[in-house]
Amino acid sequence: MYAGRERPTGGFELFAWFFMRISGLVLIILVLGHLAIMHVIHTVDEIDFDFVARRWGSPFWRTYDLVMLWLALLHGLNGLRMAIDDYVHRRGWRVVSLAALAVIGFVLLAMGTQIILTFEAPTGQMASGLP
Amino acid sequence: MYRGREGMWSWILHRVTGLGILLFLAIHIVDIYLLGWPDLFNKLLFFYRHPVFRVGEVFLAAAALYHALNGIRIMLVDFWVEGTRFHRQIFWAQMVLFLLIWIPASLWMLSPVVFGR
Repeated sequence: MYAGRERPTGGFELFAWFFMRISGLVLIILVLGHLAIMHVIHTVDEIDFDFVARRWGSPFWRTYDLVMLWLALLHGLNGLRMAIDDYVHRRGWRVVSLAALAVIGFVLLAMGTQIILTFEAPTGQMASGLP
Repeated sequence: MYRGREGMWSWILHRVTGLGILLFLAIHIVDIYLLGWPDLFNKLLFFYRHPVFRVGEVFLAAAALYHALNGIRIMLVDFWVEGTRFHRQIFWAQMVLFLLIWIPASLWMLSPVVFGR
């Protein structure tokens, strides 16, 4: 075992195995790009409501953030699912922890998707130019 | 030999950084959701601007960078025949690359806190 999990032979686990690698590859670009823009080029001192409103004035950044949200959350939730598989052995606790994972995951995905898609900058507050 | 060697440490770090990033992502989704209440959103930003979080931010960047580089190594081992033979060398190359990117980036990110840039 030098690397990740051994490649499963089929079914959902094989799909999950490929998903982790493909989403991982895309996330390397999206997340490191996001960190570079928001935490190295800009800083948390500059980021406020108006900053995000200007940024989300552009459909490009909304799409970027939406794709990153879905890939990162599903990648992370599947990673946590594998950790639960490794450490939680009692049947009852497995059912409880996996159900909690599914519910919390769904709520977070819904919250993130809703705010990215429905956010409207207050009129008159929009400045031109993109951060 | 797996236990105690590069293979084990890279795996442990991959899991710890991954779970840490997921925890932050959950918090980040909630804070972004607060954009629905602009005044509250702006008021709570003091938290992320606090020096303690600025240090946390640098470690979050470290977690993401390690997880990304180690993910590339995992894919090299999975999809490239020679990857299995050289996984240990790739691991050390990856750690050198990590420090080369992370140290300057951290100094840059922390300079406003330390020197008030």
